[in-house]
Amino acid sequence: MAEKKVFEKGKMVPVPSVSIIPERDLGKTPILECSHLGIDFGGLTAVNEFNITVGRTEIAGLIGPNGAGKTTVFNLLTKVYQPTRGTILLDGIDTHGKNPAQINRMGIARTFQNIRLFNNLSVEDNVKIGLHNQEKYSMVSGILRLPKYWRQEKAAHQRALELLSIFDMQHMANYQAGSLPYGAQRRLEIVRALATNPSLLLLDEPAAGMNPSETAELMENIVKIRDTFQIAIMLIEHDMSLVMGICEGICVLNFGQIIAKGTAEEIQSNPTVIEAYLGKQQ
Amino acid sequence: MEFLSYLISGISLGSVYAIIALGYTMVYGIAKMLNFAHGDVIMVGGYVSFCAVSYLGLPGWLSVVLAMAVCTALGVVIEGLAYKPLRQATSLAVLITAIGVSYFLQNAAQLIWGASPKGYTPLIPTTNAQGEPNTLRLFGGQLSISYISLFTMGACIVIMVLLTLFTNRTKLGKAMRACSEDKGAAQLMGINVNATISLTFAIGSALAAVAGGLLCSFTTSLMPTTGSMPGIKAFTAAVFGGIGSIPGAFLGGILLGVIESLAKAYISTQLANAILFAVLIIVLLVKPSGLLGKYVPEKV
Amino acid sequence: MKKLIQKIKGLKKTTKVDFATYLGVILAFVIVNLLRTGGLLNRSLTGMLVPICAYIVMAVSLNLTVGILGELSLGHAGFMSVGAFSGVIAAQSLQGSIPSAPARLVIAILVGAVFAAAAGFIVGVPVLRLRGDYLAIVTLAFGEIIKELINCLLVGYDSRGLHMAFNISGSLTINDLGLEPGGMAIIKGAQGATGTTAISTFTAGFVLIMITLVIVLNLVRSRAGRAIMALRDNRIAAESVGVNVTKYKLMAFVTSASLAGAAGALYGLNYSNLAASKFSFDTSILVLVYVVLGGLGNMWGSIIAAAVLYILPEALREFADYRMLVYAVVLILVMLATNNDQLKALAGRILPKRKGAADNG
Repeated sequence: MAEKKVFEKGKMVPVPSVSIIPERDLGKTPILECSHLGIDFGGLTAVNEFNITVGRTEIAGLIGPNGAGKTTVFNLLTKVYQPTRGTILLDGIDTHGKNPAQINRMGIARTFQNIRLFNNLSVEDNVKIGLHNQEKYSMVSGILRLPKYWRQEKAAHQRALELLSIFDMQHMANYQAGSLPYGAQRRLEIVRALATNPSLLLLDEPAAGMNPSETAELMENIVKIRDTFQIAIMLIEHDMSLVMGICEGICVLNFGQIIAKGTAEEIQSNPTVIEAYLGKQQ
Repeated sequence: MEFLSYLISGISLGSVYAIIALGYTMVYGIAKMLNFAHGDVIMVGGYVSFCAVSYLGLPGWLSVVLAMAVCTALGVVIEGLAYKPLRQATSLAVLITAIGVSYFLQNAAQLIWGASPKGYTPLIPTTNAQGEPNTLRLFGGQLSISYISLFTMGACIVIMVLLTLFTNRTKLGKAMRACSEDKGAAQLMGINVNATISLTFAIGSALAAVAGGLLCSFTTSLMPTTGSMPGIKAFTAAVFGGIGSIPGAFLGGILLGVIESLAKAYISTQLANAILFAVLIIVLLVKPSGLLGKYVPEKV
Repeated sequence: MKKLIQKIKGLKKTTKVDFATYLGVILAFVIVNLLRTGGLLNRSLTGMLVPICAYIVMAVSLNLTVGILGELSLGHAGFMSVGAFSGVIAAQSLQGSIPSAPARLVIAILVGAVFAAAAGFIVGVPVLRLRGDYLAIVTLAFGEIIKELINCLLVGYDSRGLHMAFNISGSLTINDLGLEPGGMAIIKGAQGATGTTAISTFTAGFVLIMITLVIVLNLVRSRAGRAIMALRDNRIAAESVGVNVTKYKLMAFVTSASLAGAAGALYGLNYSNLAASKFSFDTSILVLVYVVLGGLGNMWGSIIAAAVLYILPEALREFADYRMLVYAVVLILVMLATNNDQLKALAGRILPKRKGAADNG
């Protein structure tokens, strides 16, 4: 990929969308297609012309300096914010006008940069809330404890333990979520997101606050999750060893605009990216 | 002309609500608590003023000054004893404590002054020495406005202006605004947060005392529960205008008074409060942070 | 026997707490009944049994809104009022067709619950869009509106059926309903319900408490209850895992309102005269005090707090005029003692510490 100018005398020149879908996913509908996605807050354009395609089993990275708009992109994808313009296709279906809960039911699950667990509930209950839409019994069967309730609660209990075992957390099932150590809280958030049975998992800084050995373990687990569940994962991360280590396609954001897309090697040698992170060479 | 006189009585009643609401909103802004005892401080102010006039024979204005002094002290004491130890507690715990303080003040007043209503001499007598009504006559006598109404409206505007100047121009006012934004950061900037909160309670309580005198001048009677309903309405007014905002409390108070007065005159005396609260609900549904409040979305 | 003990030991902590709660209520009922037949309860205490039951149901149902859903409601008495008056109307007008008092009571409680649920739905749809203190003030406003509306209500019953009028101008009286000579006035505006046949019993109160507990506790431990608690703990995260915010907020709010309505019907049918002013803001606050002192999300706490605090002013009788003052001081001191960090730390050192275990609802 040749170097591209993004700013030209204050005018933004859009970067053409480059497909970086891994070969195995080619020929299938991409799980996510964003075109011309953007949002303005008052007069401020936080994200603009965000075009990206993510393959069905791809691990994609979203990087960029602080304040580049990475989390805003996640918030747009999950409709925490309604986009000002552009379209988001999830598995070929337009997500226009959906609310965050509906987006989750359509197949996107996420974690949060500032951990958002149900702190007063047990670890198991946190996961069970992730399983909320897979349990089907009604309020009345719950109150009357009909056979349906017992059957599904038992199944949910087993499924929750199974999911927790991904990160070896079964023994913590009865702990209060808010009392867990930081790393365990981040892992629990991932388990909870997985419980919703997503086809695209968004991880917002999963390695934040982790030490190198924890990060290495997390990398293995992310790949393992992708392989077991056969889902796409998109992650925001500042830890370059993690991003460069497992992401097949990387997208670099600066000032709300994509400044580069490509594989790890391409990104690492891209002068625009280097400039965005380190500043212009004197 | 009839409409105009209802409107004016609404504005003067609203001015009383506005004065109470200003105190409410300042306390809420800084302590982030619903101070349900605020209405009862009004009542205490009323009683102090009543005693000063009836037992000490002081003139009306001096009795209000005395009430302000007593209520200021009361406000600071309440804050120090009941609310200060709960700075780190949940807002619900503080709310219940405020309710406890409210019960305490009401029952203490009942023990001291009895449950039966006391007659309150209006700050500006309704009739002058010649026995004529103390009113300003306009349009050849078609419209008459009592001097106490005029005085109340004037007092409300003066208080609003002074408070705005105080919070915007003075060092203490800036400290107050800093504390209401972020107590931790304010402390790091060398602001004495506890003293600032006490000061806010002092100002709010002094305003409540003024409101007590004015309110009782309209109702001319005084009971231990006198402050409850005006307290709730002033709270409503503060929310109506956007809680935490000084111009909002002023606007909310005036609007509430006008709505109440017009509803009583033209729709139903019985349902006046219901109509007032219904308007509040509609406003909040359209503007979830009140008329002049800022909407702060949750950051994700 | 050994097997049974083992089975009990193997139960989840929350299940044990639930069972203990049911067992406690049943025991209390049996003991009070024994004391009553033994003549050990004085008149005033006996008269308080039904209201205590009603307030326990109120506290448990409000705990669903405040403790489990996490929204501050200051208008719970409004729903109690709706339940009380609709229940009274139902019971009074069915007097001829259903002679059995217990059957009438059951129907009245159901009617009260349904009407209060409807009121809860009407209030809940707009209100639950608001947050925090704004929601609190709007529930307060609704409580006051309901009170004033009922203050204007005139209801009578005769052989032609129910007659209702709405006294907006304040000039109507019960005579304007045009009841037949044998007709009966049920609600007389600001005077409230008069001449009601009191049919509530302590047993009915006990059954209602048990039903309330089953509904609330089982709801909390089910899929719906988890969704509601998820909304309380973190709305944004709950949405992100596909929880329908409006649906579950409304579910909690409407359930809570309908239980309050049932409590209201029980309460209303315990007195021959009942004015709407009984269900004012003060009553809402009183119930909120029970909930907060009993512990948010803690149902047995609500039960004990409601029972103790309802009797307390009576027990403080020897303080005569000072009793409400003492009550206020006790309230403030309890809040200070349970919420001050220094005092809490002190208590933490004395009491054994619970470790890590999830303790909720």
